[in-house]
Amino acid sequence: METKCAVTRIAIEGELSIFTAATERLHLLDAFESGNEVEVDLSQVSEIDSAGIQLMVAAKREAATRSTSLRFTGHSPAVFDIIELCDLAGHLGDPMLITARP
Amino acid sequence: MNLDDALQTFIVEAGELLEQMEEALLRIEQTPDDADTINAIFRAAHTIKGSAGLFGFDHVVAFTHVAESVLDRVRSDELRITSELVAIFLSVRDHLGALIAHIADGKEPDDDTHRASAELVTKLRVYLGQPPPVVSQALVPAKQNGTVETQAGDGVGTDNWHISLRFGPDVLRNGMDPLSFIRYLTTFGEIVHIVTVVDAVPRLAELDPEASYLGYEIAFRTDADKAAIEGAFEFVRNDARIRILPPHSKVADYKRLIDDLPQEELRLGEILILCGTLTRAELDAALRHQTTLADETLSPIGEVLVDQKLVQPQVVAAALEKQKQVKEHKATESGLIRVNAEKLDIHINLIGELIIASAGASLIAQHTAIPELLEASARLSRLVEEVRDSALTLRMVEIGSTFNRFQRVVRDVSVDLGKDIRLEISGADTDLDKTVVEKIGDPLTHLVRNSMDHGIESVEVRLAHGKPAHGTVRLNAYHDSGSIVIEVADDGGGLSRERILAKAIERGLVKPDQQLSDREIHELIFEPGFSTVEKVSNLSGRGVGMDVVKRNISALRGTVEIDSTEGVGTTMRIRLPLTLAIIDGFLVGVSGSTFVVPLDMVVECVELSAEETSASQGRDHLDLRGEVLPFIRLKQLFDIPEPPPVDIDLAADDTFDNGNAPPRNGLPSTLLTAEGAAALARDPELAFLLHPVKRENVVVVQYAGRRTGLVVDKLMGEFQTVIRPLGEVFNGIDGISGFTILGSGNVALILDVPGLVRRVAGREVRRNAKATSYALAE
Repeated sequence: METKCAVTRIAIEGELSIFTAATERLHLLDAFESGNEVEVDLSQVSEIDSAGIQLMVAAKREAATRSTSLRFTGHSPAVFDIIELCDLAGHLGDPMLITARP
Repeated sequence: MNLDDALQTFIVEAGELLEQMEEALLRIEQTPDDADTINAIFRAAHTIKGSAGLFGFDHVVAFTHVAESVLDRVRSDELRITSELVAIFLSVRDHLGALIAHIADGKEPDDDTHRASAELVTKLRVYLGQPPPVVSQALVPAKQNGTVETQAGDGVGTDNWHISLRFGPDVLRNGMDPLSFIRYLTTFGEIVHIVTVVDAVPRLAELDPEASYLGYEIAFRTDADKAAIEGAFEFVRNDARIRILPPHSKVADYKRLIDDLPQEELRLGEILILCGTLTRAELDAALRHQTTLADETLSPIGEVLVDQKLVQPQVVAAALEKQKQVKEHKATESGLIRVNAEKLDIHINLIGELIIASAGASLIAQHTAIPELLEASARLSRLVEEVRDSALTLRMVEIGSTFNRFQRVVRDVSVDLGKDIRLEISGADTDLDKTVVEKIGDPLTHLVRNSMDHGIESVEVRLAHGKPAHGTVRLNAYHDSGSIVIEVADDGGGLSRERILAKAIERGLVKPDQQLSDREIHELIFEPGFSTVEKVSNLSGRGVGMDVVKRNISALRGTVEIDSTEGVGTTMRIRLPLTLAIIDGFLVGVSGSTFVVPLDMVVECVELSAEETSASQGRDHLDLRGEVLPFIRLKQLFDIPEPPPVDIDLAADDTFDNGNAPPRNGLPSTLLTAEGAAALARDPELAFLLHPVKRENVVVVQYAGRRTGLVVDKLMGEFQTVIRPLGEVFNGIDGISGFTILGSGNVALILDVPGLVRRVAGREVRRNAKATSYALAE
């Protein structure tokens, strides 16, 4: 966890799924506790499922309640696919880079 | 699968479901809040509706649907189960039974049926909080356009299916990912638009990361049918609320979709527009419907048709995945298979033949005296015996299901009579032959009704006698020496000796000065047309019935007896043979003839010494260890001539003597069973059995608690026999209940022990009565 310009950056690596959701939730809550804006790097997320998606939605909501902001960045292809599938890009509101499909 | 077969299965299953439904309904009266029971009722109705829809019985679907809607309100705690509601549902169940019966007969429902449907629907609608609709609309959905797609009119414009998904909180924990289902959808169609409903997702601090909060509204374009779409959600069906609306569904259906999620009402409406499922105008129209009453009456058709589609795919999908279905079925039915009763009968008959053949074979083995052959035949006999026993158990069913039917009878009748009567059941796991079970239903019903109507007094009378206000009818069953005993007992007033006697004298059945035992007086109620009741109710009291009951039971080789104490109650005891086909017999010889006594009625065999013979001369009873034992001399009873003929020639004998009979040689006397011969070989002293001198044997038999001795010449051992009925000509012969063919090919008559015991008892009673009247005269 590194802190710079009042932004707490964290990265989620590997799975973002039902198996890791509980840990990642605490991880994210910790980041919010810093009082800074939070930026979450998703570039290393290899897999994501509904639990991951709703964690993202809940994190956004948390940020709104705390009147701070939370950004997801560097969506990995797996995350990108799911957000497309659920048509949640608008809801989450983070710019996503459209990457070339492997 | 042949459609007729499928229809047959539907009818059978519907019958079973209705039975379950009735059982649950009766149970729910006691425990109105038991969710399992409510669900059982709901499931039964739902399954019937679904299957009926598959076969296109729209009237059944329409009717069941209304009932189901009411049940749904009960399930969601909007309604509470009351006894009125149970009463209505019992009539719903009966009406469904009638509808299914119509289907089974291949008849269209007639006007009366439609009227009955309409009446019930009107009653049910009260519970739905809906005004009674125009009946014809609700009950007769348009036949031709059974599918929603073809319905023009107020259908919406879009070509897309609309799928509404709300996953339960446990979906994720159960290892399923809602997204994978959606991803699966894309394999056979195109998601035109999807809205992820995230409203339920809380803020991170309150999030349970392993619960599922998401819902989806999907506009889906596919050529696949509903079954395929539904199939995609097969595994989450229980964990999620899934609504699939076909293209061009009626606006009212979307309205209902919106109504179902009231907290999301506005948003969902917007979502539907977002999905392109509804246009703004259509949504407005849908929401307006809420206020216009006229449309309410239309909605049932829509409901019915859509729900029909909701149900159909499950059944169709099941039919397609035959293997899977078979597997599931196995699990649910715990490995039961249905077998045609006729096939079973053929099987039992064949086993009967097998027993006779095996007895013949072992007889020949005895003759040849080849040790290996003897051994083989002994093994064969043992196996045949086992096969017989297992074959007989195939036909055995527990009497419990028959007893349970009476819960309903007791409930209905006690309502009719205005009495509070409870039914107690014991011995429900007693087995008896299926054919007997089928035939015992009517007589039992009559006895139960009789007990309730005449036996149990009104509440005031009961309280005055210091009895509990509620009467009790008890059904009990148990096995007793080769028969099954079924008791119908009540704690009512008992039979009135005086009233019965007075009525019998009035009708000239007995003479005024005749001395009768209690038992004989009680027996009078079985006389045709006998009734002591002044008031004829619509249940009983017409004097028709008890004689029919007795006749029916006699036809099953059973008896019925009455045990009644005035003021305390009455017990009707039906005694029936366990099985109608095969018995274990005990062979006895009288002069040259052979008779079979059912083994389970034989208590013991005693020897009648010369002194006893002379001592009992002229009298028909002997002293058995201090007890008086009445006896019958079979020789006298059947008038068998003293010097034994070589073979008793019954007409039937010729039939079986066409050279097929095994050779009879070497054996003294006419017959010797395998066992008999073996015993003789082991113990030469038994030889006296084969040379009847002055010694006589008494076989003590017992039936219904009474003992009687049968005096015979020879005891010939055990023998398995198949009972064959006597032909028309010999039907009237007293003391004989059938015949059987021995291993040697000879015929042996089967003694009717109950008949003989009764005969002896009657003789005793008459003699006692005579003695008493002599004594009185002196």
